Amino acid sequence: MEFWIELIVSGLLIVGAIFVFVGSLGLAKLPDFYTRLHGPTKATTLGMSCLLVASMVLVTYQQGYLSLHELLIGLFLIITAPVTAHMLAKTGMHHELDILEKTENKALAERAKDRMAP
Amino acid sequence: MLSTAILVATTLVCISLSLNLWRLFLGPSRPDRILALDTMYINSIALILLFGVAAGTRLYFEAALLIAMLGFVSTAAMCKYILRGDLIE
Amino acid sequence: MKAQPRFRLLPMPGHSFLLFIVWLLLNNTVAPGHLVLATFLAIAIPLMTSGMQDPQPSFQKPFAIIRYIFVVIGDIIAANFEVALLVIGPAKLLKPAFVAVPVDIEHELPITILASTVSLTPGTVSAEISEDRQWLYVHVLNLSDEEELITSIKQRYERPLKEIFQC
Repeated sequence: MEFWIELIVSGLLIVGAIFVFVGSLGLAKLPDFYTRLHGPTKATTLGMSCLLVASMVLVTYQQGYLSLHELLIGLFLIITAPVTAHMLAKTGMHHELDILEKTENKALAERAKDRMAP
Repeated sequence: MLSTAILVATTLVCISLSLNLWRLFLGPSRPDRILALDTMYINSIALILLFGVAAGTRLYFEAALLIAMLGFVSTAAMCKYILRGDLIE
Repeated sequence: MKAQPRFRLLPMPGHSFLLFIVWLLLNNTVAPGHLVLATFLAIAIPLMTSGMQDPQPSFQKPFAIIRYIFVVIGDIIAANFEVALLVIGPAKLLKPAFVAVPVDIEHELPITILASTVSLTPGTVSAEISEDRQWLYVHVLNLSDEEELITSIKQRYERPLKEIFQC
């Protein structure tokens, strides 16, 4: 296999896996629900995109034709990740989960729960 | 080089899966557990993709797509359920 | 009784185009048979489902959309390095906050796109929209300056969206 292709694919795989790992690390270690929400929405989505691009490059090289259908999964994840985060944040507010003590503007969560203007 | 990269990536993804499992087990509230489940769905897609790359086949693409769709729908349904106590009003 | 709308072959051209592309991507081919099938699906499905659609403002400026997409992709990558550093660093240094961002757009589609973009970019997750659609509640992972954050969201994402949808 050509060296450059291998280098690109390996690099993308490692970077993607590191981002997936960082997302899960954030989920496991951050102190309250709202901060935990940040890891999986951003880091995991980008990590998955990197893995998908790596798979795309490799399949294109191996099979000899342009393989684009991994893009579908990537697009789907990018579209659904914010929606999931939004619904989970809404659920968290509805259940009045504990908010970290040092969070600024904690009162806004109360207003947001009832969907009122601040 | 590629096989080493796949090995490292798979290890990282497996560690993140166990971290998610830990949060799912620990998670003080129900939204936390749903978030952990949703992340597990996405990480399992990553695992399937890595296996496809390692085996040099694209048969697993459909499985990955199906898991992505089912994961999103079930997360949305669970959120809706604990938000309202009811799925269809 | 509502007047019967005039028959159109492509009631939703954007959706037809998307269906065509997605079918070809799903099968990962441009074989003639699949081209014909994709064309058929792209025409038939919108004809059956156009009655269920709510009226939405249409995209006005194609180049502005492409520029917006590139800006957002760049910001997603930048955001991820930022969030990765914050997550790996000690949790004591975080300064989480809730911020209410005033929104000027009124229609559902642009607001949805704005909220999704905010969720994907630097350290912010959109949590809720007020009932009158004037305020977007945002949770920030590490707040440095509230005013600066609000202006950056309005300048960077809301203004191009306003330009794209002309509202």
